[in-house]
Amino acid sequence: MGGLGKLIRTLQLDTRLLGMIGAFLLIALIFNIATGGTFLTPRNIFNLTLQTASVAIMATGMVFVIVTRNIDLSIGSIVGVIGMVMGLVQAFWLPEIVGFGSPVIIVVTVLVGIGLGVLIGGLQGWMIGYLMIPSFIVTLGGLLIWRGAAWWVTRGTTVSPLDANFVMLGGASGTIGVTASWALAIVGALATVWFLMRSRRQQMAHDIAVKPLWAEYALAGILVAAIAGITAIINAYQIPTRVLQRRFERNGLEMPEGYTEAYGFPISVLIVIAIAIVMTIVARKTRFGRYVFAMGGNPDAAELSGINTKMLTVKVFALMGGLAGIAAIVASARLASAGNDLGTLDELRVIAAAVIGGTALAGGVGTIYGAILGAFIMQSLVSGMGMVGVDAPFQNIIVGAVLILAVWVDILYRRRTGEA
Amino acid sequence: MTTPLLEMRNISIHFGGIKAVDDVSIDLMPGEVVGLLGHNGAGKSTLIKILSGAYKKDSGEIYVDGQKVDIRSPADARKYNIETIYQTLALSDNLDAASNLFLGREITTRFGLVDDTKMEAESRKIMARLNPNFKRFSEPVRSLSGGQRQSVAIARAVYFNARILIMDEPTAALGVHETAMVADLIKELKAQGLGIFLISHDTREMMELCDRVSVMKNGQLVSTERVEDVTEDDVLSMIIMGKKPGETVDA
Repeated sequence: MGGLGKLIRTLQLDTRLLGMIGAFLLIALIFNIATGGTFLTPRNIFNLTLQTASVAIMATGMVFVIVTRNIDLSIGSIVGVIGMVMGLVQAFWLPEIVGFGSPVIIVVTVLVGIGLGVLIGGLQGWMIGYLMIPSFIVTLGGLLIWRGAAWWVTRGTTVSPLDANFVMLGGASGTIGVTASWALAIVGALATVWFLMRSRRQQMAHDIAVKPLWAEYALAGILVAAIAGITAIINAYQIPTRVLQRRFERNGLEMPEGYTEAYGFPISVLIVIAIAIVMTIVARKTRFGRYVFAMGGNPDAAELSGINTKMLTVKVFALMGGLAGIAAIVASARLASAGNDLGTLDELRVIAAAVIGGTALAGGVGTIYGAILGAFIMQSLVSGMGMVGVDAPFQNIIVGAVLILAVWVDILYRRRTGEA
Repeated sequence: MTTPLLEMRNISIHFGGIKAVDDVSIDLMPGEVVGLLGHNGAGKSTLIKILSGAYKKDSGEIYVDGQKVDIRSPADARKYNIETIYQTLALSDNLDAASNLFLGREITTRFGLVDDTKMEAESRKIMARLNPNFKRFSEPVRSLSGGQRQSVAIARAVYFNARILIMDEPTAALGVHETAMVADLIKELKAQGLGIFLISHDTREMMELCDRVSVMKNGQLVSTERVEDVTEDDVLSMIIMGKKPGETVDA
C-alpha cells in the first residue's frame, strides 16, 4: 500500500465502502456509455431512486435478520398481503366512515400497514425464537401463507385507485420541490459537520487518539459535497412543460413564458434516508443493535451475558415485518394500486442487496449503508440492462452471476483483511 | 464461625437418565480460593454453570451471605455479583474488547444510546491494571491472541465488582508468562476479599493457589480438603479412585 493506502487509513475510511462506491460508479459509467449518455441523466437517477426505495427499506431490516444467523424468505409475500389490506382499508372501508379524501385515511392506512407488518413478523419471530423452528422453514411457510392470504383477501382482484394523499408517499406524484430539497440538504450538511465535531470532542475528552485536523476537514468536505451533489442532481430533473401547463390551466392561469419547475426529492426517497439514519443508529448506538451483533458473533456468549436471545429474535423479525409494512406503503403508493403480486420475488432482491452490501450469511457482520448501496447496485444493473435492451432471460443470468461474484470478492477481501 | 459467602447445598441435576451432578454441597468463604477437581465429565463445569445461571438445577439450594437465592438465568447470577470466566471465554468475536467487556451491561448516555467512548475509556483503565500490554481496543476480539482474549474475559468479570468469581480453566490457553499473570491476579483478588472457584486440570497449580480443594467423580463430591492437610498424590488418588485420603482401597 502506497500513499493512497496511507491516506485512506488517516481519514479512517472504510475500504469496503469505498470498494462498493467504486463498483457502483463503474456500473453507472459503463451503462452511461452504452446508453449514449441517458443513464446518468437527472431523470434516470430520479427514477432509479424511486424504483430502489422499497427494496432498500427492507434491506436494512434484512441486515439484522442475517446478522443473527437467520433468513427471512417471507417479506415479498408480507408486502403483498399488507398492500392488499391497506388497499381495502383506504379504498373501501374507511371512505364509508370518514368520506373520500379525508386526511384520516392516510394516517390510519399507514398505521394499519406498519402494525400488521410488526404483528406478522413478530409471530414468525416467536416461532423461530421460542418454538425453535428454523427461520428458513418458518419464512418459507410464510412465503406461501401470506401470498395465499393476499390472494384470498380480495379474491385475486387488484384494488385501485388508492387514496390521493397515500399515493404521494410513492414517488413521482409526491415530491417536495426545489426549495425544501435544498433546505433539507443544508440541515443534513450541518448535522453531518456537528456530528463529526461532537465525536471528535468526545474522543479527545477520553484521551482516545483522533485523526489529524486536516483529515477531519477533508472528510467533512467530502460528505458535504456528496450531499450537495446529490441534491443538485435531483433538483435538476425538471417537470415536463406539458405537465406544468396543464397545472396552470387547471387553476385558470396562464403559464409565464420560460417558466420551469423541478420535482425535488420524492417523499419515498426521504423515507429511505430517514430509515437509513434511524437503522444505523439502532445498529451501532443502541443496546438492541449491540445485542443483535453479539448474538450473531456468538449466540452462547450473548446468552451467558444475560441477553434474552429468544425475545431478541422476536424483536428482529417484528422489525423486519414493520419495515416490510413501510415497503408495502411505498411500493403500492408508487403503483397507485394494490395487486396481489405486489412484492413478488422481493425477498430475493432484498437478500441479494444485503449480501452484496457485505452482510455475511454466517452472521455477525453487516452494515446498513452497505445494504442500501447493494440495493442501488442491483437496481442499477436491472434498469441499466433494460435501457440497453438486454433480453429478460439474460438480465436474470447476469444479475445471478453478479450476486455470486460479489460474494466471492467479499470472501477474498475478508481473507486479506483477516476478518474471517 | 462466620457466614460463608456462598453455599451450594445438595445440588442435583440430570440430563436424560444421567445424573451429571448428584447431591453435591460446597461452600466458599470471603477471600478464599476453592479448587474444583475431577476428570472430564465429573460434573465440575455443570456444577458451576448452575451457579452462573446457565443451567437450572433440579434440586438443592444456593445461599449468598446466608440468604437463600434463586438463580434461573445468567442475569440473576450477575445480580448477586457472581461473575464467571468460561473456559470458552464466551466472547463475541466480531465485537471489540469494550463491547465484549460491557456486553449486557452497556454504559448509556442520557438519551439511552450506548456510550462507546466512555466504555472504551473504562476498558483502558481496567486493562492498564490487568494487562498493561493490551493496546488493541478498537479491533474485533477475533484478531487478538489467546492471552489478550483471556484478559478481556477476566476484565469483564472483575470490572463489575464481582464478589464471587468462577474461573473455568483460566490458564488452559495461555503461555508461561500469562499463566503467571493470572496467578498473581487470583492472589490480588483473594486479598481484596473475593471468593473464587477455580477449575483446572493442573493439580500442582491448584495446590499452590487454592485454600481448599473439592474433588468430584461421576457427578458426586468425593471430598473437600484443606490443601495443607493433603499431598498432591492424595488429591490425584481422589480424582482417579474416588477415595478420601486415609481410606483404604478395597481389593
